[in-house]
Amino acid sequence: MSELTDLSLSEARNKLLNKDITATELATAHFAAIKQIEPLNAYILTTEDKALEMAAASDAKLAKGQAGILEGIPVGVKDLFCTKDVRTTASSKILGNFIPTYESTVTANMWTDGAVLLGKLNCDEFAMGSSNETSYFGDVVNPWQRRGDDNKTDDTKLVPGGSSGGSAAAVAARACLAATATDTGGSIRQPAAFTGTVGMKPTYGRCSRWGTVAFASSLDQAGPITRTVRDAAIMLQSMASYDNKDSTSVNVAVPAYEKALTGDIRGLKIGIPKEFKVDGMPAEIQQLWQQGIEWLKAAGAEIYDVSLPHTKYALPTYYIVAPAEASSNLARYDGVRYGLRVAGDNIDEQYANSRAEGFGAEVQRRILIGTYVLSAGYYDAYYKKAQRVRTLIKQDFDRAYEKIDLLLTPTTPTAAFGIGENIGDPLTMYLNDIFTVSVNMAGLPAISIPAGLSADGLPLGLQLIGKPFDEETLFRTADVMETAANFTARPQLMAK
Amino acid sequence: MAIDQATVRKVANLARIKVTDQQVANLEGELNQIIEFVEQLAEVNTDGVAPLTSAVAMTQPLRADVINDGGYADQIVKNAPVTDDGYFLVPRVVE
Repeated sequence: MSELTDLSLSEARNKLLNKDITATELATAHFAAIKQIEPLNAYILTTEDKALEMAAASDAKLAKGQAGILEGIPVGVKDLFCTKDVRTTASSKILGNFIPTYESTVTANMWTDGAVLLGKLNCDEFAMGSSNETSYFGDVVNPWQRRGDDNKTDDTKLVPGGSSGGSAAAVAARACLAATATDTGGSIRQPAAFTGTVGMKPTYGRCSRWGTVAFASSLDQAGPITRTVRDAAIMLQSMASYDNKDSTSVNVAVPAYEKALTGDIRGLKIGIPKEFKVDGMPAEIQQLWQQGIEWLKAAGAEIYDVSLPHTKYALPTYYIVAPAEASSNLARYDGVRYGLRVAGDNIDEQYANSRAEGFGAEVQRRILIGTYVLSAGYYDAYYKKAQRVRTLIKQDFDRAYEKIDLLLTPTTPTAAFGIGENIGDPLTMYLNDIFTVSVNMAGLPAISIPAGLSADGLPLGLQLIGKPFDEETLFRTADVMETAANFTARPQLMAK
Repeated sequence: MAIDQATVRKVANLARIKVTDQQVANLEGELNQIIEFVEQLAEVNTDGVAPLTSAVAMTQPLRADVINDGGYADQIVKNAPVTDDGYFLVPRVVE
């Protein structure tokens, strides 16, 4: 085990500031780790030369006492964020050779604060998936493995969740100190739950969407995946900003989130939404949820039962709104301005050929659903109806937050499943997001933290959902729960 | 079935995605499964409920109507498959 890659982000930051280690040593140790975990297929591009240049610049700044909040911290970037002069593909064939001439606002913020780019991380194609099995660059493998009946490790390859599967796997396997990710229906929190990591989805509008490949614009939001709550707080402080290049970016100050980690949640009111107790919920998930309630109670929080009556409609609403927006956003991939071009006899054929060959099956499916629900005669019945139900979903939360400060739920209905187990059945795959998706519909912040292990030894997550722009209470409570959970289990497939 | 094979072909044409006969047959089943799932929204009473257009309460910002960006056509066309002198090239569309 390299001690350097096993540090948390905040520990590494402190060691860098104390000059116990250098950014160059830290980056070099991480490239050795990345090499060891190549079979996980988490990285689809590494940027060693650039990283060493950035690390040297950080070392110079650290020497001069001019360190930014992420100075010298090696990070991985989900391949949905445009990085200037560094290939960005959204894990799609259609963008297979795209080299942005600009930098996304989120990553630009991180480089300004001193972070070091290790490389680009695999994800589901255009972030459409819950298992990282739709990537053009192949499946990502979860660093965790099941414990068999005989107590020996079962080497069945498991999914890391999705869409930010590469981000979650790389963080869990100690191949970066933190990673950027994006969440449209659960794509940060579900993979975090599947890999024993912390996944934070901020309030819609908190992080700029500029320069991030668009999936469903009214739902997409960037956030971090890390190994601790403190690390997530540090990352979000850097990633978040008001940006006049994104008209949905909200002009509110970004607090110093780390200061919110006071350890004191006495008197905080936590709601338990009864509609999340779904039929067929595995006993171990129910027990974990109850355990979470006990931890919060023991720390002095007050627990209340609340009702979010439209919860069961969040997923069907999502599967109208998200594909509709995706079909519009992905219209830009036409083989003319960038990306794959497949010749045809005329321009329409060229479009159709390029898109047929450039998009994978799941992306095509969602574009077609979106085109159908937006087409003449169906717009009111599907899209407008879904937007009305979305209002009701949001009103459920508004009403609950009149009485409580936060909600506690499980993150996922199950632990990680095997590669190939669900990919043939889109609807079963979609059900993975049943506990995460309503948060996106309402634009709320939420965090998943590793809270326990399943009977076969896989990580399980608990989710806290906050009020809009109150990420501080979310971090404070997650930090208390993280201490209580004391999750120290480690994945089998990690850099040694 | 809400979606038949003719509808799949029509939607695929609208989306400009070329589909084979085999894909049309598969998509017919897959798309119907998803549409059946989302149709449960019909049971929700949304009378008098306004459609949600923004998840966060905010007014759309306006900016001054001035040119504040541009002048780098070379960067804009840099990733294009075929270009000529700062223009994107496409197959002939006007005879």
